[in-house]
Amino acid sequence: MADLGLKGKAIKLWDDISTDDIIPGRFTHLRSNLPELAKHVLEDAAPEFASRAKALSEAGAGKAILVAGKNLGLGSSREQAPVVIKMSGVGAILAKSAARIFFRNAINQGLPVLLCDTDKISDGDELEINLTGGTIANLTSGIKLSCSKMPPIMSAILKEGGLIPYIQKHKGFKL
Amino acid sequence: MGKTLAEKILSLKSHSKAKAGDVVIADVDLAFVQDTTGPLTIRQFKESSFKALAKPQQTIIFLDHAVPSPAQQLSNDHILLRRFAEEIGCCISEIGDGICHQLVAENFANPGDIIVGADSHTVTAGALGAFATGMGSSDVAVALALGKTWFRVPESFLIELNGVFPRGVYGKDLILYLIGQIGADGANYKALEFGGKALARVTMSQRLTIANMAVEAGAKVGLFPSDKITKDFLKEHGRGDNYQPLYPDAGANYERVIPVNLDQLEPMVSLPHAVDNVRPVTQVKRVKIQQAFIGTCTNGRLEDLAVAAEILKGKKRHPATRLLIAPASRQVLIHAIEKGYIQSLIEAGAIILPPGCAACLGLHQGVLGDGEVCLSTANRNFRGRMGNPEAMVYLASPATAAASAIKGEITDPREFM
Repeated sequence: MADLGLKGKAIKLWDDISTDDIIPGRFTHLRSNLPELAKHVLEDAAPEFASRAKALSEAGAGKAILVAGKNLGLGSSREQAPVVIKMSGVGAILAKSAARIFFRNAINQGLPVLLCDTDKISDGDELEINLTGGTIANLTSGIKLSCSKMPPIMSAILKEGGLIPYIQKHKGFKL
Repeated sequence: MGKTLAEKILSLKSHSKAKAGDVVIADVDLAFVQDTTGPLTIRQFKESSFKALAKPQQTIIFLDHAVPSPAQQLSNDHILLRRFAEEIGCCISEIGDGICHQLVAENFANPGDIIVGADSHTVTAGALGAFATGMGSSDVAVALALGKTWFRVPESFLIELNGVFPRGVYGKDLILYLIGQIGADGANYKALEFGGKALARVTMSQRLTIANMAVEAGAKVGLFPSDKITKDFLKEHGRGDNYQPLYPDAGANYERVIPVNLDQLEPMVSLPHAVDNVRPVTQVKRVKIQQAFIGTCTNGRLEDLAVAAEILKGKKRHPATRLLIAPASRQVLIHAIEKGYIQSLIEAGAIILPPGCAACLGLHQGVLGDGEVCLSTANRNFRGRMGNPEAMVYLASPATAAASAIKGEITDPREFM
């Protein structure tokens, strides 16, 4: 089950990060080798991302939190995109908006995506996320942010840790 | 209150009165994966302990992205996919058959169907009036087993088309123009529904191009009504009996109505590195190209090759510009040979690639070098898309690509018409 509360540090990225940025096409041959593919997450677009996320998650002081601008994850349906973000040590994603397939894929992988005004978050800020209430406390700036609500079925999938555990438990979709 | 096309199809398939904003569980008529999303789908299917497919005859594995395979890992993925198809009893579309979206249009999609594919350009089949949308591997794995999935019923934008396409302007120019107007996230979570008096003049080939790129504006579907053009297309492809007329109701509720006068359109170009970075070709000056690529699920159909062949016939590609052609399917290739298009293209200096996704996704068959520029008829020009973050990809119609291949720089196709 996904943690209902999550503390971590922001790695701030920008608008319009595509799935081609997250997994460049030249690594297509690694799509079935996820640990190897994860080493190349955002390699061209944000070369320091993987090492920063790893360092944060290994430091044990909370997870890395990917903070993006608008239209995060535009482009392809490759579910490997949220998979490798999660594998790199990211505990949650915050964005102003997210492309629909990426959004659904991340939730299906048990990786929370919360939509809020990420202009109020700077790189390195300490964040405390309340997943049930959909609120974020920026411990560095003292600002509190509220997130837009996701459909109840998505919250239920997230609560089970992703689509596969959800389906194993419910044997189908429950509205 | 009347229903939009999206509300109509989702109501029918969820056996409820669905309206925008509702969440419904709907029957899936066709589910498919391709070779870069299929292996993860199988993994998720097995992890869920599913043993059988809900509809084996309406489940397809397409080998189209890496064909023929350029790497041992991808060859092994193909083995995995072929084995799964044999064990579970679903259909497999082999390398060289063509691109999933083209084959879905040629052989499977029907008006009113719900189609889910583990590929974002699944929206292409919206041209036939099917509610067709891209999903990730987990969602498709579950749809394969249950024959159902959940949807949030989207609000719709009506794109009202009037007028006639001027010389040198095609469906590709229209959709690039529209994406430039509303932006790459302008229709996030929405349905784009096409209507207006000009529909009767928009061919199925153009409709497929337009629906294909709905996702580049963030849309969940790009839907066309099912009309005489749909009927003729289905008949031509041996499934005339599957035709049913399908229109939105009068008084349907649209979140936005966007009128487009086709008479006013010019050939359009999308500039690096964003699909919504669109300008008329007349404003794109002196951009030299090292590669022109005509093909993909967006623009690899017979009509596209006909336009390119007409422009290139009796001419030569510029010596500094490579010209790559990838027909969208085996059937397209056969017809293009019969009609002499392939001969004209080869004589003009083109390289003919096998039916499949080819150079589009940066994996093989035309990966760009540092600083190189490609004018492509595909649907995406994100940084790194064609295999090199130091390269630049421009998007345009097959006519613009053909004219540009002759001149060696981005060129207004009307110069050759």
